[in-house]
Amino acid sequence: MEAVSLNSLLWVGAVLFVCGVICMTTKRNAIGVLIGVELVLNGANLNFVAFSRYSPLALDGQVAAIFVIVLAAAEAAVALAIAMNFYNCHLSIDVDRGDELHG
Amino acid sequence: MSVALFWLFAILACGGAISVVLCQNVSRMAASLILCLASVAVLYFLLGADFVGATQLMVYVGGTVVLLIFGIMLTSSSPSHQLRTSPADGFLAAGIGVLFLAIVAFTIGGVDWAANSQKLAAAEPARQGQQQQDLSHGMTTRPLALALMGVRPDKPGAGGYLLPFEIVSVHLLVVLIGAAYLARTKRRVVENQ
Repeated sequence: MEAVSLNSLLWVGAVLFVCGVICMTTKRNAIGVLIGVELVLNGANLNFVAFSRYSPLALDGQVAAIFVIVLAAAEAAVALAIAMNFYNCHLSIDVDRGDELHG
Repeated sequence: MSVALFWLFAILACGGAISVVLCQNVSRMAASLILCLASVAVLYFLLGADFVGATQLMVYVGGTVVLLIFGIMLTSSSPSHQLRTSPADGFLAAGIGVLFLAIVAFTIGGVDWAANSQKLAAAEPARQGQQQQDLSHGMTTRPLALALMGVRPDKPGAGGYLLPFEIVSVHLLVVLIGAAYLARTKRRVVENQ
């Protein structure tokens, strides 16, 4: 893996991050928004692991990556519970219909 | 060999992410997400982070995505009524995405990472004499476990992660209780009430 530069890994992370942000902003399905969040977290995680390999950060980057994975799993559980409640209230998963707090 | 594997799985990961954005069907989005996450796990293995890669496969591909698929099944409306992004929004998002990627790429290209690494190494004079453990061949499970318990044999003098580990444990417990409370079954609202 020495021939692969750090920049190419950061590029992959950047593509995942941008795809996740676009997914979060354009999808109308609440589950789609969640999938976008997962993509963003994975892009950040890839950067952590890449820096743990190519810089004196060493193991600290991998520990940070494990914490991110755990927190992402927790976030998915709570967000899905909220999505279920939203579906029970509106009988639809369209995020555009959650506008009761609209001024 | 590993370079070819890296490019193969890097392209698979990017392709999976892009197809997540382009798919309008939620189940297909979940399938593309599995492809993307599994490719990222292979990238972790190639980077020598074997434990993180295995965790990614088990927790993400085996846990989170299955949870998402259950969510999709429980909230699926009739197949004729699909939630689509309007084409105008799609074009706008594509433009903003390309610009955003250009900003990030410009930043990546503008930083000299090797010089930064040297600065980082020079800023830690206490550890210069000691040889850091080489993690490029994997075998990270034991050092990672020791770091989470607060002992750092791989990097003498560095702090451990016992307190974050405990905080995350309590956080997980709270999240489990909160999710179970939020998702408990309630009487459904009748639509034409």
